[in-house]
Amino acid sequence: MVRVDCSGGECHISVRDLDKKYYRGHEVIDVLRGLNLDVEEGEYIAFMGPSGSGKTTLLNLIGGLDTPTAGTVKIAGVEIGTLTSRKLTAWRAQNVGFVFQLYNLIPVLSAYQNVQLPLLLTNLSGTERRKHVETALDLVGLLDRQDHYPGQLSGGEEQRVAIARAIVADPSLLLCDEPTGDLDRETGNEILEILRRLSKDFGKTVLMVTHDPKAADIADSLLHLEKGVLVEAMAKGPVS
Amino acid sequence: MKYLHLIVKNLLRKKFRTFLTIGSFIVALFLFGLLNTIETAFNQVDLAGANRLVIRNKVSIIQPLPYSYRDQLKQIDGVDEVTYFVWFGGIYQDRKNFFPNFGVDPETALLVYPEYLIPDDQFEAFKSDRQGCIVGRDLVKRFGWKIGDRVPLEGTIWGGTWEFNVRAIYDVASKDMSSNEFWFHYDYLEERRPFFKGTVGWYGLTIDDPGQAVQVAEAIDNRFANSPWETKTETEKAFLTGWANQMGNIKLLILSIGAVVFFTLLLVTGNTMAISVRERTGEFAVLKTVGFTDRAVLSLIIAESICVAAVGGAIGLILAKAFTLRGDPTGGMLSVFNLPTSDIVTGFVLALTVGLVSGIIPGSYAMRMKVVDALRRV
Repeated sequence: MVRVDCSGGECHISVRDLDKKYYRGHEVIDVLRGLNLDVEEGEYIAFMGPSGSGKTTLLNLIGGLDTPTAGTVKIAGVEIGTLTSRKLTAWRAQNVGFVFQLYNLIPVLSAYQNVQLPLLLTNLSGTERRKHVETALDLVGLLDRQDHYPGQLSGGEEQRVAIARAIVADPSLLLCDEPTGDLDRETGNEILEILRRLSKDFGKTVLMVTHDPKAADIADSLLHLEKGVLVEAMAKGPVS
Repeated sequence: MKYLHLIVKNLLRKKFRTFLTIGSFIVALFLFGLLNTIETAFNQVDLAGANRLVIRNKVSIIQPLPYSYRDQLKQIDGVDEVTYFVWFGGIYQDRKNFFPNFGVDPETALLVYPEYLIPDDQFEAFKSDRQGCIVGRDLVKRFGWKIGDRVPLEGTIWGGTWEFNVRAIYDVASKDMSSNEFWFHYDYLEERRPFFKGTVGWYGLTIDDPGQAVQVAEAIDNRFANSPWETKTETEKAFLTGWANQMGNIKLLILSIGAVVFFTLLLVTGNTMAISVRERTGEFAVLKTVGFTDRAVLSLIIAESICVAAVGGAIGLILAKAFTLRGDPTGGMLSVFNLPTSDIVTGFVLALTVGLVSGIIPGSYAMRMKVVDALRRV
């Protein structure tokens, strides 16, 4: 078993015996096999591994986008597998922010409107929503581009908008799937710096999948996945 | 309201497609409006007097009945007032200027048909002029006639040119009625026509108790049974229905066309929405990722299709109503040319229903879609 042990108290993320299988006809594909993982609040973890090793699947399971074949995922004391679909969606809206490789912004909405999307589900007033959105956009340095549409922004700016959308509801957990995969080195570094600040200055727990060793360097811990198993860890904290 | 911008933005992302979809609703609802206007014109049954019976020749409406039946009818229990009509079939200047024209009995016509509103002085002037005529307000507007004008009609049944003096103009008690008829003295017709003398086209009568309509009708038909001129007596409602059915089952025809139009509209809109949803699979996945529930996604899609339906439907119905306000385009073939408010409401509800149904299927697809599967396709 490979795990990042918590230094004390309850872990922010606790994954136990996680299995994920996909079925393609009669073929069974074991994507994750008995995976265990503990992550402390505010930690920045990078996952690396070859394609098909289960990195994105692990992120999806932790974020409640997918359901495990076996095992449990507990986030901040909540075992998300026990939540109904509706409750899981509500929980995700409050607790998890997602950043994707291809930004996944809605092209017909401005930067402001894209960032505002998660807040439409809340009871916040229009004024309160505006305040939150502007704070998030300011944090990623795009307050002056709030009326621009995705097509009018560079790749790096689009990803910053995506990060602003991920953090606007103030979730404690950020799940980033190759956030710099579609960016050049310099722009990628800007994105990584934002993610590092969110972890260190704002206490967000960040889990990032990447193929870029330099991107992984910035994380507190680097975990390797291979064939659905955590095989190696390079962490600043204790590892067993 | 906070989702409104999302709905509007999505609708405007492919403006041409949205325009075409709205256009199909406009065309369909305009057609719906026109079909219902025509159906209303052919189906004046609802305006029939509950206490009126119509008596015609049992063989056919075009076969006459003896004038002498009038006095016998008045003797039958339950009968109140009796009047009669003769279809003249006169043409004013040109065949395309069609309007119904009848020889009537000035003394009794308004007693049986009080919904024809005529000023007393004009009616007296009509009664005292053997060549006088009463014309409807629609005819006055159409031909620019005024009181005192001399109007010639070319006889199609009895031939020759027949001259009339406009002595009265009638209005109608309901906006759903037409005022495009032309009445003149039966006596004037009787003295000039070379054949069918001593006959009338049909009788109209009022009865004391509408609840006894069937019994009175039977009594009338029994009275003239086995005579050379057997009668068929029916309520005015049945008579008008039969009259309309001479043209075929208009209601069924219009219902069939309407059903085909709406079904086609459903397919067109459903297909458009399906394409639109498929194109945005990734976006719906993102919405779900940030916390939109399955139902919220379904609602957004349905709201979009209902918006399209509401806009297109409203425009189509407004255009149809505006078209009918310009008047009967057939030059008098249609007795009324009005799109009733109830049909406008029905049309709008139908449009919304099409919008709802066409949004449900692609919406259900988006609702059931798993986020991870959708994101994998992005």
